[in-house]
Amino acid sequence: MTELIGSLVILAGSVFLFAAGLGVLRMPDSYNRIQTGTKASTLGTILVLLGLCVYHPAWTGKLLLLVFFVLLTNPVSSHALARASHARRIPRSDKTVIDRLEEAENRAGDA
Amino acid sequence: MVSKARVVINLWVTLLAIWLLANASLDSQVVLTGVLLATLLSLGLAGFSSAYAEVRLSPQVLVHYVLYLLVFSAELLRANLNVARLVFSPRIDIHPGIVEIKTKLKSRTGRMVLANSITLTPGTLVVDIDGDSLFVHWIDVQSDDPQGATRAIAARFEKHLSVIYG
Repeated sequence: MTELIGSLVILAGSVFLFAAGLGVLRMPDSYNRIQTGTKASTLGTILVLLGLCVYHPAWTGKLLLLVFFVLLTNPVSSHALARASHARRIPRSDKTVIDRLEEAENRAGDA
Repeated sequence: MVSKARVVINLWVTLLAIWLLANASLDSQVVLTGVLLATLLSLGLAGFSSAYAEVRLSPQVLVHYVLYLLVFSAELLRANLNVARLVFSPRIDIHPGIVEIKTKLKSRTGRMVLANSITLTPGTLVVDIDGDSLFVHWIDVQSDDPQGATRAIAARFEKHLSVIYG
């Protein structure tokens, strides 16, 4: 029974990981790709690790530690990617409705 | 000196917790080694970072910490489902943009945790921080003025983080 529950949780996690991969292919520009690619995968990774917790209760502590490290490092890397993209003026998709950061940078440049 | 002691204590607790979780044992030798290592490392490394100095410790903080974890988990789940729905929908109907939000958090650690929380919830991604302004890439912009965007993105986290970090 526990094996079945663990497998289902891992399966749910892999569905989110698949969504992340599909998002990278389908999204129009690099910012939106970062959104789906690096972050739809957080829940996917967490669910896979929690599913393993159900499988092997003895590993729970270590797996929770892994969840903690994923939560700590994942946003830093996606932030760094996004910041570098914006600093290098990587073009945005036509759907973009507003860019306050560019406005703020232009204001700072004029002053 | 007060803040140095606080750094050492916070770092010591964090390191010991990681050590115990990684070993998954409360054997006296394991605990003793952990205490020794945590003491040496926290005393040796405390001077390098002030990030741990801004964490307050009190029963009230613990309550808000648990509440924050619950709010964060709920947001993580909801946002992930939203993005998954976007990705699987036949036509991708998004209105992305970079909006500016204002944080009322004062401490640097608090701002870092807020930025990380915003980035971790899919659909919002912190691109840059300038003082108390966070520039957030939002996959589906619902409000482009700073007040409305702050309410929609940051208010739920800020309520608890302001108690924990100030």
